[in-house]
Amino acid sequence: MIALEKRPEPSRTFSLAAPLLAVLATMLFGGLLFALLGKDPLEAIRTIFWEPLFGEFAFFYRPQLLIKGAPLVLIAIGLSLGFKAGIWNIGAEGQYIMGALFGAGVGLAFYPMESVFIFPLMVLAGAFGGWIWAMIPAVLKVKFGTNEILVSLMLVYVAEQFLASMSLGLMKNPEGFGFPGSRNLQQYASAHNAELITGSGMHWGVVAAFIAVIFGYVLLARHRLGFAIRVTGDAPRAAAFSGVNPARLVLFCLGMSGLLAGLAGVFEVSGPAGQVTIDFNVGYGFTAIIVAFLGRLNPVGILLAGGLMALTYIGGDIAQSKLGLPAAAIQVFQGMLLFFLLAFDLFTNYRLRLGRTEVA
Amino acid sequence: MDLSAINPILFIAGFFVAATPLIFAAVGELVVEKTGVLNLGVEGMMIIGAICGFATAVETGSPLLGFAAAAVGGAVLSLLFAFLTQVMLANQVASGLALTLFGLGFSALLGQSYVGVKPPRLADVDFGSLAEIPIFGPIILSHDLIVYLGLALVVAVWAVLKYTRIGLVLRAVGENHDAAHALGYKVVRIRTLAIMFGGACAGVGGAYISLIRVPQWTEGMTAGIGWIALALVVFASWKPFRLLLGAYLFGGLVQLQLNLQGAGVAIPVEYLAMSPYVITIVVLVFLSRDKGAAPASLGRIFHASS
Repeated sequence: MIALEKRPEPSRTFSLAAPLLAVLATMLFGGLLFALLGKDPLEAIRTIFWEPLFGEFAFFYRPQLLIKGAPLVLIAIGLSLGFKAGIWNIGAEGQYIMGALFGAGVGLAFYPMESVFIFPLMVLAGAFGGWIWAMIPAVLKVKFGTNEILVSLMLVYVAEQFLASMSLGLMKNPEGFGFPGSRNLQQYASAHNAELITGSGMHWGVVAAFIAVIFGYVLLARHRLGFAIRVTGDAPRAAAFSGVNPARLVLFCLGMSGLLAGLAGVFEVSGPAGQVTIDFNVGYGFTAIIVAFLGRLNPVGILLAGGLMALTYIGGDIAQSKLGLPAAAIQVFQGMLLFFLLAFDLFTNYRLRLGRTEVA
Repeated sequence: MDLSAINPILFIAGFFVAATPLIFAAVGELVVEKTGVLNLGVEGMMIIGAICGFATAVETGSPLLGFAAAAVGGAVLSLLFAFLTQVMLANQVASGLALTLFGLGFSALLGQSYVGVKPPRLADVDFGSLAEIPIFGPIILSHDLIVYLGLALVVAVWAVLKYTRIGLVLRAVGENHDAAHALGYKVVRIRTLAIMFGGACAGVGGAYISLIRVPQWTEGMTAGIGWIALALVVFASWKPFRLLLGAYLFGGLVQLQLNLQGAGVAIPVEYLAMSPYVITIVVLVFLSRDKGAAPASLGRIFHASS
């Protein structure tokens, strides 16, 4: 008889081992899935994990790692603060869209003026857009006790409709020959989030992501607010006794995650994406949830997890063009990762005991 | 704008069609939540049901077999959630999200070859001369079997929860799992069965979208209806008949929005299309003061040792 026994202390070893085991299990079952789809599993796994880093065209793919990883890390750092405290913002996708719309809106309003102040203004506007969108569920939760999970998620669909309306209407390129989508910000020097070092993939969003990791680390490890977040997550009652104000915590965690998601949006729209289009968002806001968990809600872990997830995006693209692997297969692959992680996490808090156990 | 283009009888009859996916998904989730489990994977189970039902109906030519397959598909996917939360004691919020993300991806994978295919049509139930009663006939008696099945399901869930021993055990597990365990009820087994029931219902709801409401297959076609179903359970304070009322109100709003789009109202399409989500938020705000109705163990992890 196998029985579960609660560990007196969560195991540190397993806390670190669980993500690695999850990745291995995902490779195994992902490979099985690819085999069922009629692809060579080893070749597919190699294409996804090896090709972007060390393959023939790695010089082209490595910068992509930063470009795809930065928004994931930026959003996931924000989400992790709330998740740690039991505040569930799952609408980062919406906040990301609103950040992009606010930022691009400011940039487009100044067109064709050239000034060094335009890009910083856009960044501020983007942060504000994400923040205000996240403040809707935050204020509703604080004022009325409304469930933030449902409200933040509903707002994703609202934001998507806004995006459609903007790219077909207000922000549509007047010189775009009737095609939907805004002017290309890459061709507007003052608004372009250009690479800081040509060919490196390093743009302001990547810088912001690294700063966010440091900020998250300092906040959680050294700051009083970080302590409040951790206590609230572990023991809400104890937190109340130690003087944590739950309403302020909700406003801070949701606001901060919205702000970071908004930043990710504005850096993306002014850089790699270039323009506001109907389908400019590609689900970073949802993938970031996986990144946050895979990184154990720890800033450094999130940095690594963001890199890994970016790798699956890029490798997935390569596998799609080289092996004809369907795009949805990569989505399944990423979903599997979260499943296995949640499953293996059991052994952080419990251990298996073999042998007879008496009835509890 | 031409509002006279809207036929009032067809308009009201459309309420039932718009509400049915919600009724199935929400009543399943209601039972799950009554046993103290919060499954946020409704959207994922719905979309899996949508594709399983669609594919089976196309391959076999029988829509009813499609609905059966959708129920099986939803239940199988929900087993993953049950395994994570009941056996591996994982966080229910995170596991539900994982289920949705996985379901959306997996359904897209399954559905690749079904884009653009037309499914076989499910015939309306023949009520004979009853259907010719003016107004009542065309509004109430003009639907397919699944619409009536949804109504029957709500009544059945209400009766079982309120009057039977099974209902009592379900509620006991949801209110206090430790006490239920002490009384000798198998908490994990009961919850797993409830989760599977919820999955099957969500699957049928999803298939109703892909087989009847739309009817075709596109990626991500459930478009948040699973999440709205979750909101509907809160709206209904975990009461089956309030859930039914909510679903019809909501179905009516969706129907109105679609009809206004069709009639060419001066409001841009995008703003009409976002209205169901905005209304859901507004309703949630008004109802969130009443928290007393939620099952006391909702979302808490159960382990026999603790």
